Parts: sequence; structure tokens; C-alpha cells
Amino acid sequence: MTPFTLVNWPCRAVGCGNDHSEMALTFDRGRTIRLLVIPALFDEANKLRRQTINVMRRLDLAGVDTFAPDLPGCNESAASLPQQTLAIWRDATADASRHFKATHTLTVRASAILAPDGLPGWAWAPTGGRQALRGMIRARTIAAKEAGRPEKTEDIQTLGRSEGVELAGWRIGATMFRDLETANPADHLIEIPQSDLGGPGLWLRAEPDEDASQAESLAAILSIALELNP
Amino acid sequence: MSNGHDLAPSRAAIDAKLRKILSDVLGLAADDVAAFDADTGLFGHLPELDSMAVAGLLTEMEDQLDIIIEDDDVDGEMLETYGGLLAFAEAKAVEA
Repeated sequence: MTPFTLVNWPCRAVGCGNDHSEMALTFDRGRTIRLLVIPALFDEANKLRRQTINVMRRLDLAGVDTFAPDLPGCNESAASLPQQTLAIWRDATADASRHFKATHTLTVRASAILAPDGLPGWAWAPTGGRQALRGMIRARTIAAKEAGRPEKTEDIQTLGRSEGVELAGWRIGATMFRDLETANPADHLIEIPQSDLGGPGLWLRAEPDEDASQAESLAAILSIALELNP
Repeated sequence: MSNGHDLAPSRAAIDAKLRKILSDVLGLAADDVAAFDADTGLFGHLPELDSMAVAGLLTEMEDQLDIIIEDDDVDGEMLETYGGLLAFAEAKAVEA
């Protein structure tokens, strides 16, 4: 098994400057099939990180190179999260795709809204930006009610659209908030519904978890599809 | 209002779906969730159910039971026990 490598890649997305780089976790042995794995967004990024990398490990064994780039403002990024917009993130994934010479992409949940145009691939349990916001807003209203200072969904949405808002610990700027409200999964991707993986979505859990048999299933589905569509 | 062709799902069907959703959210085996009774404590009793997990639970209930849950529907009573959550789901399914 190849150990993964953490590498820098030049991210030239608008607003990131001319000398900006981000990190990516990669399994790169210079093979023909090169899969850009766009990680899940916001709270689901944490919950699905381990499972996503486990899928990449299995794809490595199956002969597929994989690349999981950090988005600007996330993880160790030097960019500021509240200044990010969907346009910047889409530019960034397109940059990463070019840099790593990706032949295909796999999106995870709401990252299906970031798939680069023209890059064929698969969307694992895709969901839209509105749904990603809905879960985090709901968590905030429940926590607020529990703390004895109730907040209304509409008020959080109004604040999000005008000034930006912190949801599940993620500071989302106003432009990003408005972008997310109308962002749908890219329609050129082939959907892999969670029900095909034989178990419940790990994003439902309170803490990050892993499931070896689901990772096997997803890697097998992708390996077969990639062999049929190299 | 039922027209005789579009009956609300039965109590047993809602109960089974709700237990499956809880098993998915809590990461518990079906057998463990099958042992839940009306008084089994949920929010505030199970560490696996934080506000984010409850948000996921409600969204799964909306999607799988074909109901809409409003802010005002969510209160301590509905979330505190399995019986409270089941009664809520049944009432919503009849409305839907």
C-alpha cells in the first residue's frame, strides 16, 4: 500500500492572490486514471474525512491515483473562510483538477456543487447547498432553544444573506450563504446513492466514524466504472 | 383528509421507520433500537444526540416519512423520549 503524501498545489482562484497555494492529500504513482476527490463541505467535512481517505486507500490498491485538495479557507489554508465564495471554490477545484491532471472526479455530498465543468465523474450521495445550510441552521436553532435563547430559521437566513453567519462552527460569508441557497449538484455527474453502499450515511452521526464495508463498496463501484470508462 | 386511496402510513410502519432512522443516526444495532420503549430517553439522555445529530435526525424524518418539521414543532417534549418522538411523527404523518 502506498502511503499518502501531503503536497502543495498552486491555487490561483480569484481572490486568493497570485502566489497562493493549498494542500492536498494524494496517492500519486503517476498512473493513468487520476481521480480528483472533492471533500464534503462544512460539518460533513469532519464527519466524512476518515471514510473518504479510506476509500482513497482502497482505490490506490485498485490502481487509481487520487487527490483530495483542501478548499481555500479550510483545514490548514492561509485563506480566510468568511471571505470564500462558491466562485472561488469552483475556481479552486478547477485549478486542482488541472494541476493534478485529473481524468475523473468524485464528489462527496454537497461538494457535488463544486465539480469542475467537463470533468466526468461520480457524486457520492449528492446534496445541494440549500440542504447543507438547512442542517446547520436547524442545529443552531435546536442548540439556541436548548440554551433558552430561541432563534428563528428565517432570522438566521436573513442574517446569513446580509452579513454572513456562523453555522456549526463555520463562518460563512454573506456571498457564500446566498450562493449556497441556490447551488445544485453538477448535473454531468453520475450519482452513487448511499443506498448502493449497504449502510447508513456516516454524516448522520454526531462524531466522525468509519465503515470498512461501505468503503469497499464505494471503491468497488468506482473501480468497475473506471475500467469500463477509462 | 383521507380519501380512501391515500391512507396515512400505519403506526407500525412509522414506528419501524423511526427506529431505523434512530439506528442510523445513533450508530446502534437494530436490536438495541428495537429495545427502545416509550420512556427511553433521547435528547439530553444520549451523548450521541447533540444538536447537529438531532438536526440530521429531523431531516431524515422529513425525507423518509414525507413530513415537514417547522421550528415551532421542535421542543423538549417531542425530543425527550422515544414515545414523544413517535407520537410527533404519527401526528405529522396524519397531517401530511
